[in-house]
Amino acid sequence: MYTSIMVPVDLAHLPQIARAIDTAGDLARHYGAALTFVSITAEAPTAIAHNPQEFEAKLAAFAAEQTTRLGVPIKAKAYAATDPSIDIDKKLLQAVTDTGADLVVMASHRPGLADYFWAAHGARLAAHTEISVFLVR
Amino acid sequence: MSESNGAEPLPQPEGPANLIETEYEVGQDNINPRIGPFGLDIHNPVFAISGLSVVVFVLFTLAFQNHLGPMFEALRDALTASLDWFFLIAGNVFVLICLFLVISPLGRVRIGGRDATPDYGYMGWFAMLFAAGMGIGLMFFGVSEPMSHYDAAFGGTATEGGVRTDWAPLGAAAGDVDAARALGMAATIYHWGLHPWAIYAVVALSLALFAYNKGLPLTVRSIFYPLFGERIWGWPGHVIDILAVFATLFGLATSLGIGAQQANAGLSYLFGIEVGTTAQVLLIVAITGAALISVMRGLDGGVKRLSELNLILATILLLFIIVVGPTLAILTGFFQNLVAYGRELIPLSNPFGREDDNFRQGWTAFYWAWWISWSPFVGMFIARVSRGRTVREFITCVLLIPTLVSILWMTTLGGTALSQLVDGGFTGVQEAALELKLFEMLTELPLTMIASFVAIVLVIVFFVTSSDSGSLVIDTITAGGKIDAPVSQRVFWVSFEGLVAAALLIGGGLGALQAMAVSTGFPFAIVLLLACYTLIRGLMDEPR
Repeated sequence: MYTSIMVPVDLAHLPQIARAIDTAGDLARHYGAALTFVSITAEAPTAIAHNPQEFEAKLAAFAAEQTTRLGVPIKAKAYAATDPSIDIDKKLLQAVTDTGADLVVMASHRPGLADYFWAAHGARLAAHTEISVFLVR
Repeated sequence: MSESNGAEPLPQPEGPANLIETEYEVGQDNINPRIGPFGLDIHNPVFAISGLSVVVFVLFTLAFQNHLGPMFEALRDALTASLDWFFLIAGNVFVLICLFLVISPLGRVRIGGRDATPDYGYMGWFAMLFAAGMGIGLMFFGVSEPMSHYDAAFGGTATEGGVRTDWAPLGAAAGDVDAARALGMAATIYHWGLHPWAIYAVVALSLALFAYNKGLPLTVRSIFYPLFGERIWGWPGHVIDILAVFATLFGLATSLGIGAQQANAGLSYLFGIEVGTTAQVLLIVAITGAALISVMRGLDGGVKRLSELNLILATILLLFIIVVGPTLAILTGFFQNLVAYGRELIPLSNPFGREDDNFRQGWTAFYWAWWISWSPFVGMFIARVSRGRTVREFITCVLLIPTLVSILWMTTLGGTALSQLVDGGFTGVQEAALELKLFEMLTELPLTMIASFVAIVLVIVFFVTSSDSGSLVIDTITAGGKIDAPVSQRVFWVSFEGLVAAALLIGGGLGALQAMAVSTGFPFAIVLLLACYTLIRGLMDEPR
């Protein structure tokens, strides 16, 4: 049913996205789909990496580690943004096109009061893409 | 999942830059409180101290404005009067350093590492740095400053007890129309040319270098790593960052308040809208509201679009005045003013043995303190959008091109007003209040209403841009250099700035706090001189 699954990954919040990664791993195995980790970083230094190249290397290393753990091949793709807090929504949409994904599996929080002010990234992505979006809570 | 928590030893980047080895991790001192539904990610203690001290200062100013107003103004005047030589020397040092960087081999260093590519095209980049750097000031001083200097120079010198009491630059040009015009334009361009842009360039380049090449957090303290080492992550760094937030917030909030008064005066002159606190507070609310939408649209969707709009509107206004105004006088004036600026640059920037005390202290030193107090804000913003440029490209676009644009702008606006006075005998601009001089000049040109409307829109959009970019900068500093902090924080800073401006407008004290913001120019001037040293040292370590 699915051939390419994209998983947005936040290297700074790995515990929160663990369930989404496991879910994506199971789905990828079940459907024999390709799995890609996508992440958006700042062009300025962050807690994770000093620069985008270093970030890309760390994301690739994380994907390799999860490949071993989940037993499915995982590719990694990093995007750098000048204003990541805002640009993340646009970059995720671009990543859907770039990876040719037909399913996005991503972690999301339970909706709360703040969602009345601005939507969560998963909700925004679902609202702006034609493919299926699986929000894991 | 458990093997990786994202904080293992970092792999080396692929050799494009020369990272500084430090144990410090961006955001390691941050705390994550929740306020209602909003999660925050803020630096402890920079966020709390700068936020609280702003509130305390505003309350004190509202309560004791009769005492604090004169005190802050006296402080500013004392600094610019007794330390004018220091400001002038510092300004000259910044220009010389920048010119040295353009011609030295250090000019080949690329911000973001040797293989970095620019984030923004030339137009978007230039639009943003110009809007952040001068923007609004050009609207108010473009006509009024050349006129003031011309008047003072034409009036000649006056002495009382051996001290000059006139405000003319250098030796004035008593009764000589052409000489007074040239001197007036040269003095104005001196204040809006190489020196202010060199101040911004030094700050911006240092910030960009230490963040994008050295891997330190994008915040003001990082520049001083070579001097303070690991101690910069403690109190010396907190103080520098708090001071930067302070200068930025008060600079912006007081400009917003004073700008609202000026925009109100302009609107009243044009459309008969009543001048009063209600209209001004409404203007602040509208500007803050527009800035809120803009920050939520992000850098590319907000500030960049607005800056491009500014550039287009400013170009239209400029071309309009050139075409319908004294075209030939403006075009030949550009080159004459360039020559006059070149001729007077050294005498005007000489800090010693001059007699024009009022001009040197009241104009030049005041301006230098003002530019320097703005430099953390403008520098941070320019740094953020300049990744991927070489140092040589950077200095050319942040120093040389803006200077030429300033000359063209001043020639067009100020030169037209001077032509109206000298060649046409129109004294309207000379007699008008400061904030109305631009509009008075436009009344002598065709399509007055349309041109004035464009000018008002330009003033307001410039304000929105400043409020927006300033809030992004304050948010980054108070988040310990994180540019991916939650959106709620930048929303907080935009609103806070609007509130401070409105409170001061209603309660009084705008002038007082602006004087205090300008006074921060002195400690920053010292800080920036140190930055020149760390900048050169940092650049020398880079692959080129």
